[in-house]
Amino acid sequence: MKLLLTSNYAAAYGAKLARVEIVAAYPITPQTQVVEKLAEFIEGEELKATMIRVESEHSAMAACIGAAAAGARPFTATSSQGLLYMYEMIWWAAGARLPIVMGVVTRAIAPPWSIWSDHADILSIRDSGWIIIFSESAQEVLDNIIQAYRIAEHKEVLLPVAVGWDAFTSSHTAEPVSLPEQELVDSFLPPRTPEPFVLDVNEPISHGNLTYPDEYMEFRFLINEGLERARKVIREVGKEYGKLTGREYGLIEEYKCGDADVILVTLGSMAGDVKDAVDILRKEGYHAGLVKLRCLRPFPREALLNALREARAVGIVERSFSMGRGGIIATEINSLLRESGVNDVVTVSYIAGLGGREIGVNDFINIFKSLFKKMERGSGFEVVWYGLRG
Amino acid sequence: MRVITPIAKPKEGSAGLTGKWRIFKPVINYSKCNNCGLCWLYCPEAAITLDGKNVPKIVYEYCKGCGICANECPVRAIDLIKEE
Amino acid sequence: MGMKGILRVVPKEEYLLPGNPSCPGCPASLGLRYLLKALGGKAILVIPASCTSIIVGPYPFSSLRVPVLNIAFAAAASTAAGISEALKVKGKEGIQVVVWAGDGGTADIGLQALSGAAERNSDILYVCYDNEAYMNTGIQRSSLTPYGAWTTTTPKGKVEEKKNLPMIVAEHKVPYVATASVGYPIDLILKVRKAIKYRGFKYIHLHAPCPYGWRFPANKTVEVAKLAVKTGIWVLYEIENGKFRLTSLSSSLIDPSKRLPVNKYLKLQGRFKHLSEEDISRIQEHVNTMWDELMRLVKES
Repeated sequence: MKLLLTSNYAAAYGAKLARVEIVAAYPITPQTQVVEKLAEFIEGEELKATMIRVESEHSAMAACIGAAAAGARPFTATSSQGLLYMYEMIWWAAGARLPIVMGVVTRAIAPPWSIWSDHADILSIRDSGWIIIFSESAQEVLDNIIQAYRIAEHKEVLLPVAVGWDAFTSSHTAEPVSLPEQELVDSFLPPRTPEPFVLDVNEPISHGNLTYPDEYMEFRFLINEGLERARKVIREVGKEYGKLTGREYGLIEEYKCGDADVILVTLGSMAGDVKDAVDILRKEGYHAGLVKLRCLRPFPREALLNALREARAVGIVERSFSMGRGGIIATEINSLLRESGVNDVVTVSYIAGLGGREIGVNDFINIFKSLFKKMERGSGFEVVWYGLRG
Repeated sequence: MRVITPIAKPKEGSAGLTGKWRIFKPVINYSKCNNCGLCWLYCPEAAITLDGKNVPKIVYEYCKGCGICANECPVRAIDLIKEE
Repeated sequence: MGMKGILRVVPKEEYLLPGNPSCPGCPASLGLRYLLKALGGKAILVIPASCTSIIVGPYPFSSLRVPVLNIAFAAAASTAAGISEALKVKGKEGIQVVVWAGDGGTADIGLQALSGAAERNSDILYVCYDNEAYMNTGIQRSSLTPYGAWTTTTPKGKVEEKKNLPMIVAEHKVPYVATASVGYPIDLILKVRKAIKYRGFKYIHLHAPCPYGWRFPANKTVEVAKLAVKTGIWVLYEIENGKFRLTSLSSSLIDPSKRLPVNKYLKLQGRFKHLSEEDISRIQEHVNTMWDELMRLVKES
């Protein structure tokens, strides 16, 4: 079945198909329709779940933590300030190894107030232990949320998953979305089998007690191990989902990278325009390519290295910045290349589209063309604030 | 299942033999004890048990020597003796 | 009431295990012991940051024979609501989800989540053990520290009054609100048992004198707790479906002459030793005024 859906509605359909049992969320623009739609599903008895209409995002994540600790399948969604407000519980969810799935409609952080697209919010949880998956389209949002539960609940992983999509350009823009049949999703995603350490009065165990310096470090190491194992699980789950639906997913998506001299790396809704730019430039004889990041954490090391190692210039276009350093994803990719011995490459960190600033096909063509010039330098790293007004 | 998250299981003496903390040792004078049960009721540590005949017995391995039992005993049947 | 009378109400079974890390004379230990006896082990405990985060035991040991979820300071009520709803979705009946939180985790940083859960009438029992300051971090004042009390952040004594939290919770129109004291375990246990018969949000505010923070000897915990009730500074009551009722000893203290002067309670505690005669009179007047208001509630109900 195909429906015309915004990414927000696609998220709600994804959660419904995943048969979430607890929805706990607090409204924030531009996330609201996700929760409104789920409320409709629940009250219309299309989805057997309980909605906890919490009084804050901190409580939304806390309720998801409680629900997941008791063996249920919880869902929440938030954005920007809301994600920052629940930040303490974000780390708690990962530390407690709870398979929670959260939609993040990525939006700029105030001040000044801005409700538009930006990735500073989702990247703030980068180091918490959450798996972070990004979506380009409404279809991907739906598919990613369904897959997220398989990944989160996988016994080798047991970590929460954040699924991101862009404010307004994705969240409020409708496109045709293929809905898999419920039976198909049920066969792909069976009910959660609670781990032996779920809260149970017949087995009185205590979660999260004080650990001394002799023990704490090992638990952090184990979170990282879970994330490292997740890389393989994400690929396997993406393949299996592909077999069932015809839409296969990996850690990254490569577009015409094979012979590319210049590759742009980006994520989310920008990727579509970069593809168009690549097609236009290819007709003009430029060897241009795109890498779309699907998985931000775990960092897709090998996949990125394979895609980028032959390029002479790599530009990373992102809606995020580490103040006092550079583009967050760009610095990671630059260091990946250098630590892997790939030195004959120019990497440029493009900071673009912050707070919803328009960036389109022509901009990406400009960026590509400038990279084709910069690649002659042979090596180096540079940060460019693209389209900054004087 | 590998333990991947800090799971704690019930155990007496989670903080060790807390009787070692004691400065004053409560000693029940059974000739005075009237079996009212208040020392058992008010022990914060659950370190006073009742036997089959409901006679209170202090578990010295864990008794921290707070002295609430002696303070609450209505017939002054519990003496506090300084530990060596 | 004698041994037989006590054992009629208080089960012998222990769920708080001896040898835990609580301080000697700890009121939280006393309260937990009574609470868990009343619940008979059929409970899941949610514990936000508090002294009990320590008392519950260092990994890999737990001092409690019930399942526990430790949680961040501000998150107790909403976490418990999540567990409670999950148990319902999973068809697990007859398990009470209980928050055990201190005064800071309840009246200050946890108040928003508490109010949210109360307003939604989440099916949980919320117990605040009120030791009237942030004890685990070293005796800093909370909004439940009483007027005049010394703390490390009010070295000259607190100038504000204690927040009346049980009445604030009662204004959420939840089915059951009660106060209790570690000095009156039978009253507490009966209230816990009554509370858990209700579906929805239940709140018990447990007065918990702390030897370490209030500066009295460890053997006086119960004595101080009882004096708080006998002087009328702390009042034992319950509000069942909106109906107010004094309980236990407090029900016999409406006549002011039955109440001991507040100084009997204050003078046992080092935290009040700096109080002037004027301060003590002010506290006495405050208690008298509070009881006038309670009289009105008793008459209305």
